[in-house]
Amino acid sequence: RDFQQADVKYLSRWKKWKRASSKSLKKVLSEAKGLSSYLVLWRHDIHIIEGRFGIGVQSYFSFLRFLVLLNFIIFILMFSFVILPTIISNYRTFNSTIANISSNNIEYNCTIYEPSGNKGLVYFYTYLQDLLSGTGFLEVTSLFYGYYTINAVWISIMRYNLPLAYLLTTFAYLALSLIWIIKRCVGTLKQKLVDDADPFQSYSNKVFAGWDFCITDPSAAQLKHCSLQKELQMDLEEERLKKKKADRTIKEKLRIYSLRIFINIIVLAILLGCFYSIYRVTVFSQDKSSVSIRNDTRTDSIEAANLLVQYLPSIVITSANFICSLTFSFLIQFEDYSPVFEVILTFMRCVFVYLANIGVLLLSLWSQISDCATDKCEPCGYNYKLYPCWESNVGQEMYKLMIFDFIVTLVVPLFVHYPRKLLITHCSCKAVQWLGLKEFSISDNVLEIIYGQTVCWIGTFFSPPLPAIATVKFFIVFYIKKISLKHIWKPADKPIRASSSNIFFLAVLLFGLILAFIPVGVSIAVIPSSKACGPFRNFYTSWEVVPATILAEFPGGLQQVLFVMASEAFAVPFFIVLCLIMFYCMAWARAQKRAVDQLKEQLGLEGRDKMFLIQKIAEAQR
Amino acid sequence: QELTFLSKQEILLAYKRFSELLPKEERENACSRRVPKSLFLTLPELRANPFQHRICHVFSTSEAGDDSMSFEDFLNMLSVFSDSATFDIKSHYAFRIFDFDNDGTLDRKDLEKLVNCLTGQGEESQLSSMEMEQLIQNILEESDIDKDGTINLSEFQHVVSRSPDFASSFKIVL
Repeated sequence: RDFQQADVKYLSRWKKWKRASSKSLKKVLSEAKGLSSYLVLWRHDIHIIEGRFGIGVQSYFSFLRFLVLLNFIIFILMFSFVILPTIISNYRTFNSTIANISSNNIEYNCTIYEPSGNKGLVYFYTYLQDLLSGTGFLEVTSLFYGYYTINAVWISIMRYNLPLAYLLTTFAYLALSLIWIIKRCVGTLKQKLVDDADPFQSYSNKVFAGWDFCITDPSAAQLKHCSLQKELQMDLEEERLKKKKADRTIKEKLRIYSLRIFINIIVLAILLGCFYSIYRVTVFSQDKSSVSIRNDTRTDSIEAANLLVQYLPSIVITSANFICSLTFSFLIQFEDYSPVFEVILTFMRCVFVYLANIGVLLLSLWSQISDCATDKCEPCGYNYKLYPCWESNVGQEMYKLMIFDFIVTLVVPLFVHYPRKLLITHCSCKAVQWLGLKEFSISDNVLEIIYGQTVCWIGTFFSPPLPAIATVKFFIVFYIKKISLKHIWKPADKPIRASSSNIFFLAVLLFGLILAFIPVGVSIAVIPSSKACGPFRNFYTSWEVVPATILAEFPGGLQQVLFVMASEAFAVPFFIVLCLIMFYCMAWARAQKRAVDQLKEQLGLEGRDKMFLIQKIAEAQR
Repeated sequence: QELTFLSKQEILLAYKRFSELLPKEERENACSRRVPKSLFLTLPELRANPFQHRICHVFSTSEAGDDSMSFEDFLNMLSVFSDSATFDIKSHYAFRIFDFDNDGTLDRKDLEKLVNCLTGQGEESQLSSMEMEQLIQNILEESDIDKDGTINLSEFQHVVSRSPDFASSFKIVL
């Protein structure tokens, strides 16, 4: 401070003012930062979880928080651009008028759509059943695609093109999710590269400089002790495994490789079995439910059976997921990989199962919808008799998946894990003790939420309020997991590396998002939109609203430009240029990596020089 | 202030904390009093530290050998652990703290006690003897240059100078 004050005398007034203002700006910024950290959702809870259970579990909870925020923002987007105008126009506020879609040029048969919204007095359980399966009264609400039948909304003098808004909002939320995930990935990646340990002396670094002398809180000290112990044990174990691997004889290698191939074949067979069963179940469920809707027979005895049939795909998917993850974690023990790789491989296999199950469900739905075998879809391009409003049906399936997932997440800790814990603490017979407390397996829980998020992404096009349901669901799941963590689970035995797993979860989430692009893209661009409901009645496919708007509203020059951009003459050179840029970046990255390796070698040489000199000093001292 | 790396404010704060440790009657003469080790270890900065006994032993200048700390010892300790202390001083004192048997070198027994301090007290938090062997072997491979099975001061300083975490972890701020 003395030096600073001395300097001040010699500075001009301008510089003085600049320095003072930069100081106060810094102070304001740091205060704002401190304040904004209070606004972060669940900051305190996650901090406590990190303190008690370690960084691995904390990464799961902050991942959950990220998804809650993402879903909330997606919902705000959908709400403000799609749901709000529809509601405003329906209640005629703000002097708005609507223009209904005129059904010109459409075959009359295609436009018959009578959703069986409950008329008159109905039993309470019908109401409940409709709530759970999205049929009946829910089908005609704004929950599903079929509600948005208006063409344009006029609010005072502005014309709001609803179909275009619907499509563009879909693209917007997909793009937003993509950008946000990539941004988070890159941030975590930068952190990981900085944290990567120096290969020369990780052990000495951990032992001599491992203890942070600033720790004053005994519980934090305990946590540090645990984490140091786990880290040292993990490093030692990895080294042991590496040595064991290097020591393997040819015969052992052959045995292990053949075992691995065999197990992979088993895994593939299991996957194919899952897919086939999901396909059959979906076809069965759709047949049964469409029969019952058409006949409109709602008698008592088949109510529960009807609900079961409706939920059959969800039940089969969830149980398939569960069985597959158990089987894979059992099988991986025989393959003799390092523990880190074991976790990664099991996770990859389970991811594949979870996401492919959704894909097979959608595929079987589409095969039903576009089942044009015996002229069933002649005038309209899709099976209009069974699925007059097929987007709502797909939306219903996604809704059912999400609700069932939520119910399972609520019910399983309560009715399975909690009694198990009670049994173990109160009954000490050997068989029960062998069962053991359930471990908090981070990868399983992360998989569940990635699965839920993929369902949400696919379903939002067919059911705009779905992100709101997803937000509420994840919000409640947070508290359920937190409470069950405290009371039911025991911490995982295998220490997990948190930094790389964070990136891994984000990468898998990205994979789920890209997988979600496919169904939405196919629904928008390939399958003809249903003519009996929804905002795209006048167009052949949903995508057509974009070219139609460009033709109708944009000036001629801009139209030309846009059409050129969409043509092949533009796309192929663009693609080639992109490839060139990518190759350039890869070459640059390779050159940088080589420079880094060279610098590391140089450091090693310097270290050896120093050691040689120290040796000389030690000899001279003797 | 010239003898330590601390600023005037920090010394005054240290004086205040030190006199709080003394019973009320002795507070005016705090500079010449010694605080017994058990009382000294109630300081929050040392309470959770696994090396608390070694720190007291290394910095205490008491002739009676009871590891009691005077105010000058306290200042010395804070100075070594402050941000502005040089690397040489820090590594020198770190070496003395880690040298559990005070023989001037870190041999296997010292390293074993060091690792046990790090992983915590209690049976389940200690490494198995096989893991301990492996760990000590690795540490000696990395740091023992003259291959005599022990780490002397210059080897320790060499290994710690290449460690990125040492400067930030070997720090106590009041």
